[in-house]
Parts: sequence; C-alpha cells; structure tokens
Amino acid sequence: MKQVFAKPKALNDEIMHYCPGCGHGVAHRLVAEALDHYDITGRTVGVAPVGCSVLMYDYFNCDIIEAPHGRAPAVATGMKRSRSDLIVFAYQGDGDLASIGLAEIVHAANRGENITVIFINNTVYGMTGGQMAPTTLLGQKTTTSPYGRNFNTDGYPIRMAEMLAPLEGTTYVARMSLDKPVNILKARKSVFKAFEMQINNVGFSFVELLTICPTNWGMDSMESIKRIQDEMIPYFPLGVFKEKETEDYI
Amino acid sequence: MPTIKIESEKCKGCSLCIDVCPYELIRQERTINHQGYQYVVLADPEEQCTGCTLCALMCPDICIEVFK
Repeated sequence: MKQVFAKPKALNDEIMHYCPGCGHGVAHRLVAEALDHYDITGRTVGVAPVGCSVLMYDYFNCDIIEAPHGRAPAVATGMKRSRSDLIVFAYQGDGDLASIGLAEIVHAANRGENITVIFINNTVYGMTGGQMAPTTLLGQKTTTSPYGRNFNTDGYPIRMAEMLAPLEGTTYVARMSLDKPVNILKARKSVFKAFEMQINNVGFSFVELLTICPTNWGMDSMESIKRIQDEMIPYFPLGVFKEKETEDYI
Repeated sequence: MPTIKIESEKCKGCSLCIDVCPYELIRQERTINHQGYQYVVLADPEEQCTGCTLCALMCPDICIEVFK
C-alpha cells in the first residue's frame, strides 16, 4: 500500500497549540509543503508575527526569527538583504499585518523586496481575545465592538490584497480561502507560486488566506466554515489579483 | 484497500473531517485523549474508503495519513 498523503517533512511532530478547527494548521501545512516541494527547508528563514502563530518556531524544521508586533516584513527585508541566498517568508495575521504593521507591509511591497508574505485573515485579533481588527466585517460582534462593527465610528473592513496589487513593487498577489478541499488545493498552488517567485528572484509575493477562528467567532467549526462562504468570500473575493512574469520584471 | 490512519493523540475533535467525508466513515469517539478532546476514528467495516484525501486536506492538526 502506498502512502498518498503524509505530513510534510518541513513540519515536526509537535502537537500544535491552536484551538480545534483553527486555520493556522492548514496554512502551516501549505507553507511546509512548498518548502518540501522546492527542497529549500535548509536555507529558509521564516519570520513569525505576534499573534496566535507566535510559536510557529515550535512546528517548523526551518529557522524562524521572531519580529516585534507588525514588523515582520521589515525584519524579513533585513534578513533577505544581508543574506540574499536565503529564502525568507513572513507569516502574519490580520491584526499584525493590517493594523499595527500596515506601514511595514505597504513599504516592503512598494520597494519590491524579494520576500514572500503569507497573510492569515480571520477578521479578528485571535490571541488577545477576539478584539476588532481592520478586517472585521461590518456588523460583526467582537469584544471591542459588542454591538457590531459600525462604519460611522470604525470604518470599513480593509482589503489588503486589492490594496497591494496596484503597487509597482509587487509581483504576485492572491487571496485564497481554506474553507473546503478544493479551495485548499487552490491555496496550495498560490503558496507554491509565491515561493517560486522568490526563488526566481522576481520580487515581492503576497498570499492572503481566509481562515476560521471558531473560538473568537463563538461558533463551532462547521458554522465557521459556513460563515466564510456566506459572509467573508462575498466581501473578500478570491482570486489572483496580480501575477508578473520574470520577463516583465527585467 | 485504501484506508486512513488517524493519530488520535493529536486530534482535537474539530469535526471538519467528519463533514467532508463523502461516505461518512469518520465518527467522533466518546472517550477523550490526553489533550482532553473527543478524538475521531475511522469506522469503515465495509471498506468503503476510497483514499480521496479530502479529510486529510481539511485536517488542521495534520493527524490524518492516507494510504492507497
């Protein structure tokens, strides 16, 4: 009997600390599969954010460096500029990337740094207890918006992929969802493409992944999956927003 | 025959694999594992599993291995 699905070698056997159903596990697996596929685990450095995935160095077999809150693209820039032979990726949540680290991500993208950024969008601050994030949907109840997000006082949810795609520096920008197997396979393709862009020295690649947060949404796993399909995907449309070829860059 | 192997100690009982299985071959146990979660097991007496890997793709704790 042949094994057709196994844990990627870039992940170790540690039990993940994430809540049941959390999308970080699948996102970790997709990144690890990309590292396995291109055989780059030995020369990859990941940059961990502040958020639920702050302990990702426990799970990956590659090197992980810890960045201050929101500053993962800046740390990744420094790492890549000083050691251009390394593959550097930043892995950030929505509170980290879209709120406190907005300046860092926009300028790293605008400079066209040759790094890969994986952005996990679950519409709340997860680790700190479900506060409102810039990506929180209108009307969504969180601990800091108990009556639902109101655009008069809180503004509108921010669409990061659409925001970064027009910048000249970005080469690959996509938004994918981890709600069902077919979308997970598409997301895997996108993550692979993002790493391929960096390996070919094309430039800045960005993949946004819509994931569930059952704990802070106050739902079970199945209701959370349904919420992605009914509420998140209509507001955050899936797709590849920009894809440059090597020739375009040169 | 195609089959899956579930590492019950890693499972957190999120039930995403139960919903996605086209033949409804995965069920939740009543007992709990060392983490304190009701883990899932494969209940496939008629060997209906096709090794489609849908459960493994959905599993956030990467505790399902598929053999074909």
